[in-house]
Amino acid sequence: MQQPILLARLSRRGLLQGLATLALCEAVRADEPATISFDGLYKSFGVLGFQFSDRATSMRGQEVRMLGYMAPPLKPESHFFVLTREPLAICPFCQSDADWPVDIVVVFMKAVTPMVSAGQKVAVSGRLEIGSAIDAETGFVSQIRLVDASFHVA
Amino acid sequence: MRAQKWLMTILATGLAGATPALSQTIYPINRAEILEGSRFDFKVEFPNAPTSADVAVTINGKPAAEVFGKPTAFTQNEEGQKHSALWLRGATLPAGNYVVEATQGANKATVKWEVFATAQPRRAKNVILFIGDGMSVAHRTAARIMSKGWEEGRFNGELAIDDMPNMALISTSGSDSVVTDSANSAHAYTTGHKSCVNALGVYCAKNALTLDHPKVETISELIKRRNTMTVGVVTNAEIEDATPAAMVAHTRRRSDYNDIVKMFYDVKPDVIMGGGSPNFLPRTTPGSKRTDDLDFIAQFKTAGYTIATTKTEMNAAAAAGTKKLLGLYNTSNVDGAFDLRLAKKGSIAKFPDQPDVAEQTKAAIDMLKSNEDGFFLMVESGRIDKYSHSLDWERAVFDTIMLDNAVKIAKDFAGERNDTLIIVVPDHTHAVSLVGTYDDERPGQLLRDKLGTYADAKAPNYGPLDADGYPTNVNTSRRLAVVFGTYPDTCDTGRPFMDGERVPAVKSADGKTNVANEADCTGPLATRKVGNLPFDANSGVHSGDDGILTAMGPGAEKFRGHKPNTYVFRVMAEALALGGK
Repeated sequence: MQQPILLARLSRRGLLQGLATLALCEAVRADEPATISFDGLYKSFGVLGFQFSDRATSMRGQEVRMLGYMAPPLKPESHFFVLTREPLAICPFCQSDADWPVDIVVVFMKAVTPMVSAGQKVAVSGRLEIGSAIDAETGFVSQIRLVDASFHVA
Repeated sequence: MRAQKWLMTILATGLAGATPALSQTIYPINRAEILEGSRFDFKVEFPNAPTSADVAVTINGKPAAEVFGKPTAFTQNEEGQKHSALWLRGATLPAGNYVVEATQGANKATVKWEVFATAQPRRAKNVILFIGDGMSVAHRTAARIMSKGWEEGRFNGELAIDDMPNMALISTSGSDSVVTDSANSAHAYTTGHKSCVNALGVYCAKNALTLDHPKVETISELIKRRNTMTVGVVTNAEIEDATPAAMVAHTRRRSDYNDIVKMFYDVKPDVIMGGGSPNFLPRTTPGSKRTDDLDFIAQFKTAGYTIATTKTEMNAAAAAGTKKLLGLYNTSNVDGAFDLRLAKKGSIAKFPDQPDVAEQTKAAIDMLKSNEDGFFLMVESGRIDKYSHSLDWERAVFDTIMLDNAVKIAKDFAGERNDTLIIVVPDHTHAVSLVGTYDDERPGQLLRDKLGTYADAKAPNYGPLDADGYPTNVNTSRRLAVVFGTYPDTCDTGRPFMDGERVPAVKSADGKTNVANEADCTGPLATRKVGNLPFDANSGVHSGDDGILTAMGPGAEKFRGHKPNTYVFRVMAEALALGGK
């Protein structure tokens, strides 16, 4: 398995940024949950699988906040959507040879919610779940989820 | 790309492909060319769900079961649908011409098959099939200019893919459409049968489940069943993607990636290399895309395969005399030559030690060549197509140069041995053309002002070549103007995309159509174009233009004039004498 040095650096930087943001948020709004970035989710990212970071693992079951992009949703109103690190130009739900990035986070909302335009940057708050799961309704497999979540356009 | 949606619509409405609603349908279809002794599923579908007493199927005037020497099975209301079906899975036939008649009341459907033998003795020890996915004439010409140089109307060298004694025009249509996809077109090379968009190793019947359609044998399966040759499948796309999958797969739906990984395991090509690792990992492993607990990394290891995840590990395995290798170098597609060498974008940061297709080819030949009975190697440069979909022609042409370097390695191996058939062919083409050069020095403020045509189409001033024949700078003041004939709403910049692969269009706010990617619409020469494709297209599409095949070695002399894509299978099967009762 490879341990890309550059990624490790990026991760540390991402983590530091995340911590800086966190400190700022705590100063301004004490009720905001801790923020974790996409880079902060993983400590290694290899061909044969990923390892979640210690921080992500320690935040399991807690309320967290993530910034990312809403992937093109399947329906205009939905109880779930896919959060991606970068805006997705394509809709993997819609075509056969488009595939999801591997580092997606699946967001399950508290209630069926109108989605925003595809590619919008959103801030999501929800309870962090880690571990393989298959959504009973859609058959969608995910490794990391925010559940009982809500979002607003960032 | 839209084919999946099309298939889903068809499945949802219960109709079947291009088949007329009310006539019997026979698989294999009319004018099928079948290798003697190769396995195929024989199926006849009868509309309106008749009983077996209402129908008759004959081959050359005799009952089908008698000709096959095996019983056929009849099912009324197959799968609860409004048709009945007669099946014989795993049929074979001796060489000859066959007329198949399916009678239902007063209606008779007839198809003709040619079952062809292959002459002994076998003429080729090895076959290397190079597929430039989507490689069109303009990719080739631009690669020649970029990689060899151009002066006073002449090139300063020949591409390895051009410098071959035999050539043919290849038509790539499928049975259902004039313009096909990479699944069905690669399937034609690996099975010799024409099928429909999205299909791999099957005909497209009315079956509800994608894995149930009538199968035809792939060249990998034939080789593994008939002799002791080794088989290699090498790509820089995901290994489950259409072209490599066509070596092993039987499914109506090319996106059955998890099933396709299992099919690779069932057939066990000796060397398997590409991207797309997540479909090998059990679903409990973070990063997996499987929906089950099967661990194909562990299973391949148990079956004696060395696993490589980097170029270093691949080369170490080859140097150590490894004979069975599963090389997975990226979770998605392996990065193309433009990013590996120049831009360093894509996933280079995540996967800094990926091999390119030429390096993969060298390692694969090293691992396969010691086998006394020879080898069959399929090598795909898969992103010529993908970058042409995204209208990113510099990346597509860099991967054409990469294919050329891979072919050079194969030609160096073949040398004077005269026992290795080498074929270089696209699986389909793109609407792409070289029309002049963009010159920043030309007067005017618009991109079209900068376009030099005819006498003003001066030689580009790309940077010097590196040791492997790639220009070291393409973001120069005078650049080739390569244009695409199909596009969504998009913005042209007339420059290479140094910050990552071009994204020509993005989903619109309503999520229904695609609009130009505004990130490309603000530069000094950016030119907004209204798309000429249907509104659901977010990228360029394949063309129905013929592709150019070049070949050398025993059997290559058969390539001349114009041939259907299925002919490639026939030449390979004949060179390897794969036929026989």
